[in-house]
Amino acid sequence: MQSMKHSIKHQKAGSLYATFERKGPGAKSSHYCPGCGHGTVHNLIAEAIDDLGIQDRVVFCSPVGCSVFAYYYLDVGNIQCAHGRAPAVASAIRRTHEEAIVISYQGDGDLAGIGLSQILHAANRGENITVLFINNAIYGMTGGQMAPTTILAQKTITTPAGRTAANEGFPLHMAELINTLQAPVFIERVSLGTAAKVMRARAAIRKALRYQTKKKGFSFVEILSPCPVNWKMTPVEARRWLENSLEPVFPPGNLRDLPNAAPAALGAPGAPGATGVSGATGAPRVPGVSGAPGEPATPGAAEPVISQKAATKSERDILEILGANSEPLPTGTVSLAEEQNVKIAGFGGQGVLSTGILLANCAIAEGLRTTWLPSYGAEMRGGTANASVNISHEAIGAPIVSQPNVLLALNLPSLDAFEETVRPGGHILVNSSLVPRQVRRGDLHAWYIPATDMANALGTVQIASVIMVTVYALISGAITIDTLRRVIPLSIKRKSLVDINLRAIDAGVAWHRQECCQDFGRPRLPHVSVAGGTAPGATSEEPPVASSQDPSA
Amino acid sequence: MAQHLLKGNEAVIYGALLGGATHYFGYPITPASEIAHAAADLFPRCGRQFLQAECEVSSISMLYGAAAAGARAITGSSGPGLSLMAEGLSYLAACELPSVVVDVQRAGPGLGYIWPEQADYNFIVHGAGHGSQSGVVLAPNSAQEMCDCAYRAFALAERYRCTVFILADAYIGQIMEPVELPVTLQANPVKEWALSGDAAGRGNLITSIFMKVEELEERNRLLQEKYQRMAEEIVDFEEVETADADYLFVAYGISSRLCHSALHELRRKGIRAGMLRPKTLFPFPGKRLQELAGQVAKIAVVELSSGQMVRDVRLAVAGRVPVELYNWMGGRVPSTTEIVQRLEDSLAAGPGRSR
Amino acid sequence: MDSQEKSYIEIDPARCKGCACCVVACPKDCIQIGSEINQMGYQFARFAVRQCIGCGLCFYTCPEFGAITVYTLPRKGE
Repeated sequence: MQSMKHSIKHQKAGSLYATFERKGPGAKSSHYCPGCGHGTVHNLIAEAIDDLGIQDRVVFCSPVGCSVFAYYYLDVGNIQCAHGRAPAVASAIRRTHEEAIVISYQGDGDLAGIGLSQILHAANRGENITVLFINNAIYGMTGGQMAPTTILAQKTITTPAGRTAANEGFPLHMAELINTLQAPVFIERVSLGTAAKVMRARAAIRKALRYQTKKKGFSFVEILSPCPVNWKMTPVEARRWLENSLEPVFPPGNLRDLPNAAPAALGAPGAPGATGVSGATGAPRVPGVSGAPGEPATPGAAEPVISQKAATKSERDILEILGANSEPLPTGTVSLAEEQNVKIAGFGGQGVLSTGILLANCAIAEGLRTTWLPSYGAEMRGGTANASVNISHEAIGAPIVSQPNVLLALNLPSLDAFEETVRPGGHILVNSSLVPRQVRRGDLHAWYIPATDMANALGTVQIASVIMVTVYALISGAITIDTLRRVIPLSIKRKSLVDINLRAIDAGVAWHRQECCQDFGRPRLPHVSVAGGTAPGATSEEPPVASSQDPSA
Repeated sequence: MAQHLLKGNEAVIYGALLGGATHYFGYPITPASEIAHAAADLFPRCGRQFLQAECEVSSISMLYGAAAAGARAITGSSGPGLSLMAEGLSYLAACELPSVVVDVQRAGPGLGYIWPEQADYNFIVHGAGHGSQSGVVLAPNSAQEMCDCAYRAFALAERYRCTVFILADAYIGQIMEPVELPVTLQANPVKEWALSGDAAGRGNLITSIFMKVEELEERNRLLQEKYQRMAEEIVDFEEVETADADYLFVAYGISSRLCHSALHELRRKGIRAGMLRPKTLFPFPGKRLQELAGQVAKIAVVELSSGQMVRDVRLAVAGRVPVELYNWMGGRVPSTTEIVQRLEDSLAAGPGRSR
Repeated sequence: MDSQEKSYIEIDPARCKGCACCVVACPKDCIQIGSEINQMGYQFARFAVRQCIGCGLCFYTCPEFGAITVYTLPRKGE
């Protein structure tokens, strides 16, 4: 019926479906109650999407609440999120599609109640998303219960006598809370109280989305919105109450606008705002807001933002990074006399766990099966640590070494704890520098190696355990010294330490030659060295022999 | 191929990355933290995304968002974290979003402690979260299988559009073993249903709310059909010495490693023990168990829990043969000898079903 | 509407829920709630007084989708 001369100035946005088939066949009206603010905001969003030309790129995150069905209307990509989680969902979508325009649309229960953690952390990460927060100070969908933003004295189904500070606390000021964070680039509170204020809401929504298209970072628009049905008012009365009662508690206005913020890269860790520790950055706080946190800060020059997104990697790059295409080491040909169940124990810092890993790596290099299992968690942090290492020709079942046939005891508590568990005929290698007693059992082989003293003599105490493992290798024959030498450079990250570790192996070999091979073949009692440590062999009146090949010894 | 000495918790990240994972979201928790450590190191280096979430509620919601956007997203946690994820897991299942979740089980309930337990079985296998839903549950028992499970998890998740759980335990997470890595990198296929942030994805909708009984009923029916199809298509298990077994252990994860040692010790004593090890807990290898129930005199389920898998075993066996439970709780892990002793004691009390 | 006015609006009765927000929003008091009832059972709004200036405030205030369309004469040069 448009006359020939007239043209359309305002009409339903193209980003809204023509009819709402998801609501029902041919549906034209919303599911919202008469006078609800959601429809007004949906219209503003749709118009902004049209005008910014971003319809194909928008992913709209619906909350739990009356607007759960926003996807009935908005002809964009849509996802419905668990209650309060939309900012986390939106963050992940942002980190999947750099060019997507991600909108998180949330109510007050959703954002300020159950999802408080998600919104604060998404805002604090400076996710390049736009959060539109519909604050109507009440729960709509569930039927008029108190919201985190319900104002004092406001009556709801669950505060029938009115909200009291004493029982329910105070209404949450979300825009001000967000404004304590460094990362956001745009924070504004608007109202739907009058037509003129709707136009200001329109401007804020458009700006927030425009900033997102420019990849500036996190934007947050709190929209005071009427809920006539649950407020038990007519739509017109509701807008009046919004102006007269809600706006004084939640004053509309801009809290931050950083138009010169550097574009936030995908998943950028950097904050575009100032870096002061006060937390509040950007535009001056809204006048008259009691308790609005933070002081005005000069909108700072944006920090450079480092993109977390690494350069695209080819399949070949990734296989290389993960070592998936690396060539196997040539394997040795050790033949084990028996499966090795080794327990290495000591205090934290003695390299107990890493020595176990070294041993396991050597076993792999020998072409053997192996497992390594640590003590871990608080036990390890408490100062003692042990590692179980199995070495076998066969598939290994239980990885826990509860009855070792070899114990490397690097300190006294370790010997005390595990001596009784060693199988008869097994071996206990004692770090005699730190263990002031002898092995009590007589049904196994004990070796006393002043490993800590030897390590100190070489210049660093940390290699004591390598000396112990070297001696173990020689008496057990489970791994060869050649393998040990070959593997050590591969398993040490700090290359400057390779040499000292190789010298530790030499020291272990020398000690073994001196202490164990002088009288080859003659069974001896366990070798005893003086506690406190002396030069290798200096006090050995009765050197032991290598007995691993002769368990009867 | 080269063998890499890796922790189970590390191997799962190697497998995931080679399996085409694009995103890791997670929150640290012992004994699963090394998963996040490895991911934090390797995902960015491989050009993939890593983000430490503020809590497990957020990590699973991030999985939901990334999966909806077509990513291959994975998270790792342990019992207390999984409890927090229940909400998101239900949404993922309802919306049929492919995703991978690693549960390195620790001893519960409550904060419990970081020792191994297998007490998340009921929770994970029988539908973590509200509603009649589930996901594929893989049960690795070595570092190698942690890698292998993660490597195939995304393809499985996309085939059935579901969450694939890797149900490990503290020891399988902490153990270091030689691992042979897959030598090809899987690609993340384009999903036409995903929110791709472009024209192709504009009409797409990810939701789990249905306003009509008929529609929600239909959604449930389709989910159940899918689970039935899994049972027919992807049940996986390992048998050890079952051919002539008179007594059968049923165990998964670390318990199966213990039983592996125990059954060999029993055989050295002349007791013919064998083991069925489920490698998929959902779907459960009930059919094979039924067959074995006709062969053996006794079944012993070895679990680090109050006895959770044993119910599924009893359901499958349906009284054909006695099913005993050898269980330990609170982080106690039995020695091989204890398990051997339990079966020997049981045999002393009665040989089981006569054959 | 074959209007001789500079601007006018059309209200789709099928989409209006009669909330009267447009009535309040209009600076020229052009809109009224009528006495007729639409299919949803609402007394819908009507464009009644021809003093429309095409400001669009009714359009932006309206919580429904496409219930109001605003028409204007093109400005000179358009």
